[in-house]
Amino acid sequence: MENGIGARMLRKEDDRYMRGRGQFVGDFKIHGMQEVAFLRSPIAHGLIKDIRIPDEVRENVIISSDLLGVLGIKADTALPGFKSSVQPVLASGKVRHVGELVAMCIAPTRAEAEDIAELITLEIEELPPVTEMLAGRQPGGPLLHEKWGDNLFLSTSIDVNFSGLPANARKVTRELRTSRQAMSPLEGRGVITQYDDRLGQLVVISSTQQPHIVRSGLAECLAIPEGEIRVIAPDVGGGFGYKGILLPEEVALAWVTLKRGLTLKWIEDRRENLIAGADCREHHYVLTAYADETGRLLGLDCQATVDAGAYSAYPFSACLEAGQIGSILPGLYDFPHYRCHTYSVATNKPPILPYRGVARTGVCFALEVTLDALARELGIEPWELRARSLVRPEQMPFDNIAKRHFDSGDYPQALRRAVEMIRLEDVRAEQAARASTGKMTGAGFAMYSEQAGHGTSVYAAWGIPFVPGYEQCYARLTPDGGLELRIGAHSHGQGLETTLSQVAHSILGIGHDRIKLIHGDTAKTPYSTGTWGSRCAIMSGGAVAEACEQLGQRVKQIGAKLLQARAEEVRLNDGFVEGPRGRVAVPDIARTWYRRPQDLPFDADPAGLEITAGYKAKRDTGTFSYAAHAAKVVVDVFTGEIEIADYVVVEDAGTLINPMIVDGQIYGGCAQGIGTALYEEMTYDANGQPKASTLSDYLLPGPTEIPAIRIDHMETPSPYTRFGQKGLGEGGAIAPPAAITNAINDALAPLGAELLISPVTPRRVVEAIARARAGSR
Amino acid sequence: LMKAAAFSYFRPSTLKEALDCLQSVAGAKPIAGGQTLGPMLNLRLAKPEALVDLTRLKDLKTFEENATFITYGACLTHANFEDGLVPCAARGFMAKVAGGIAYRAVRTRGTIGGSLAHADPAADWLCALLALNTNVTLSSGSGKRSLPLSSFVKGPLAADIRLDEILTAVTVEKPAPEDRFGYAKICRKTGEFAEAAGTVRRFADGRVRLVSGGGDRSPVIIENGAEFITAGSIDKERFFALGLSSDLYGNAIRAATLQRALDESFAK
Repeated sequence: MENGIGARMLRKEDDRYMRGRGQFVGDFKIHGMQEVAFLRSPIAHGLIKDIRIPDEVRENVIISSDLLGVLGIKADTALPGFKSSVQPVLASGKVRHVGELVAMCIAPTRAEAEDIAELITLEIEELPPVTEMLAGRQPGGPLLHEKWGDNLFLSTSIDVNFSGLPANARKVTRELRTSRQAMSPLEGRGVITQYDDRLGQLVVISSTQQPHIVRSGLAECLAIPEGEIRVIAPDVGGGFGYKGILLPEEVALAWVTLKRGLTLKWIEDRRENLIAGADCREHHYVLTAYADETGRLLGLDCQATVDAGAYSAYPFSACLEAGQIGSILPGLYDFPHYRCHTYSVATNKPPILPYRGVARTGVCFALEVTLDALARELGIEPWELRARSLVRPEQMPFDNIAKRHFDSGDYPQALRRAVEMIRLEDVRAEQAARASTGKMTGAGFAMYSEQAGHGTSVYAAWGIPFVPGYEQCYARLTPDGGLELRIGAHSHGQGLETTLSQVAHSILGIGHDRIKLIHGDTAKTPYSTGTWGSRCAIMSGGAVAEACEQLGQRVKQIGAKLLQARAEEVRLNDGFVEGPRGRVAVPDIARTWYRRPQDLPFDADPAGLEITAGYKAKRDTGTFSYAAHAAKVVVDVFTGEIEIADYVVVEDAGTLINPMIVDGQIYGGCAQGIGTALYEEMTYDANGQPKASTLSDYLLPGPTEIPAIRIDHMETPSPYTRFGQKGLGEGGAIAPPAAITNAINDALAPLGAELLISPVTPRRVVEAIARARAGSR
Repeated sequence: LMKAAAFSYFRPSTLKEALDCLQSVAGAKPIAGGQTLGPMLNLRLAKPEALVDLTRLKDLKTFEENATFITYGACLTHANFEDGLVPCAARGFMAKVAGGIAYRAVRTRGTIGGSLAHADPAADWLCALLALNTNVTLSSGSGKRSLPLSSFVKGPLAADIRLDEILTAVTVEKPAPEDRFGYAKICRKTGEFAEAAGTVRRFADGRVRLVSGGGDRSPVIIENGAEFITAGSIDKERFFALGLSSDLYGNAIRAATLQRALDESFAK
């Protein structure tokens, strides 16, 4: 079917985006709306002694003691040993990171609200801050949450026959780090709150990717019934996890609107985003990889530490990063001995939360960079070392050493294709003939899998504030034969308005111009945990398919009546119900049902042409997309400049609903991954002050920093999903730091220099070479 | 905080009105393209009582040329140079430097006078124009004064300009036709301020002037540049011994930009 599953169809939503006609939170103009600026803590760790507010602006300022009846934000997990934190809506008593909210200032404009914030005097008694996770892990230092007795949100352990490791195994040990990053969607957060007196509802217009979850969180913090809250997520400019968080800002605005009836707006500025918004990716590893003489992987031994920031943020908690490391570290490999300890450390920094790729970006970096070091130690090609231990296609489906269930795929083939595409032989020849130009070439590989659409059993075990169950779609034929689809997940760059239209079109045959996807409003859509974990193609795709199938049955029943045929004699084909003696168009069926019911027989099914149907995958442990990335780099050994000369991605995401959108996801993900690999780094000084507060200090890659990425698709269907599709929204961001760093290390190997930290900056390259020349690593 | 504090705004149409305004309004500050001052206002790092917008002063958007000099109005934009809308005193060198400043959006608003008046050590104009013989003209209610760019810049973000003065013109002496130029910079990414920038001017008589800029130290002029060049290459050991940067990386990228500028000067 034209423009059904598998079509490279242009995105429907792009028309409004490309013309600047998207409607984001910042675009809403509401009569009487006032603006909010927040006064934030300038101190990383301290006790609030006094907040002095001039009398003339006291009415415009809200502080913690004003927020009667508001509960702090709690995101506990069911993981044994987890320690609970409460993130205050407005700080009282103690501040635990720079940028924490202290006072809310309300004025007709943002500039005037900022004027008010400048009039407030804060007196804070400074406490020694915890700024380094490894130090924070040790006993005896300052504590963020005193009653814990230490700074550990959680520690986990996994041990699978580690003691069985042969004593003569070859091994390398590496200490690796991925730097802290600020989550950086193009559009920051923003929220408008107003009160709808007619419906008795607080209306929250928020730049969120999980409107229904925000509603639950707000109801808990405000202690009001969920039915009294409506959350609208309009056009949203990128999520990546940042838009999943319930913000103290949202709770604060909501409370004031409830109490005072004011319509309020707060739009996060880039400085707030960088200083106070959630962070991600700050991991530290000590990893030992073991192999036999032939390079076959025997085991891994890891201690991983994650800097989780000050609070467990809602809904994903402080532990989704470290808590997953133990289960994803084994990667795509099959080996017998394994041990991993993880630590989630509370520090005086903003909370860390899952960002596109979640813990996988750091884990892939640690594992794949260490595997390259092991290959160099053994003197074999890094890709050959990988090939010897990859799970083989005939083992699929495969339960790995950490009990992850890989659904399908051919990992060795993906690697072989990547080796060919990057033309490794040419790189090796170039290296052998290396002229002394001061520029060195290298190639590097990295592989990963991406668990997506994982459901009930996985999340019930974590026990965070939400557990995904069945996913619903509401579908309705309009009286003129158009189709309305309503889903509770949200589309903010993924192109769901197009892909889900393709799913519906392939089942009902209705033209794309007549299919409308309605999403982003708790008042209009079925409940959903929202958009996260690359789940929408699987879950919303499955739900739309199911709803359309059932709607098709209803259409056929009515069509059969009109054709005076039996239901089992008709079929739905290309927009018509066809019977033995003729056919009737779907719009005619819709028109009859709604506008000429007199033409229906007496025994017509009264359920009509609207339906809510649900879906759950055959297994809820998730699909596993996977890829082999390969990078070719040229390093200037004098200045440390790094040029990505070529970048290839061999990706398998099962059945592709729209390969063009998949390509877009990969390009965008890789751009983010290149940011992690080479640019992005949020550092703090010893006092816990963030050292970047604008985008001239916090470097994000732009178009000029991204090479032309070449993509090759494999399509091994998942046995567990409706069309065999797998989630793939995050993968692009997972492997680039590992692949690029491996390429750099491959280039620098003759000098004995090795980079073990992301981002790999020119300064770090120059220093690593200097250290290698001085004879130490 | 990302919204400017309140200020008064004046948009005079003659230089005299502008200078009167600066003199009579306490806490007034001139603004041209606003590419530096704009963000500083929004971050509330600058809180002037009033802004005097210079962009309607027609005289500041013209140029005058004679046999020896070209005098550029301070409000000419980087894009004006890049696009060749004004003549280049140094046979395309200025146009090339202008075309590499930040992004096109910045270049269409940012001005040569604003860039120099700000004296940002990482700015392209400063590092490039120090290799030419450049004077700036400062105007105030009490008259005009002109001084060499090298003495106008006192240090990083510090220039010899009084609160009642406006930088109105930039005068560049036309170099000898035999002189050759090169300019190169290293930025972490396109459009960022340079971590290192280097300008090379080779004179007809074999002298070489090097200017090493970028980072947070004001550009350093090395008049005896030829002594740092051996067989067409920057002598790194000698250059590092100058200690322009406190660490290996800083010196390495400074040397590299000079090398690239030198290579460019030979390419022409």
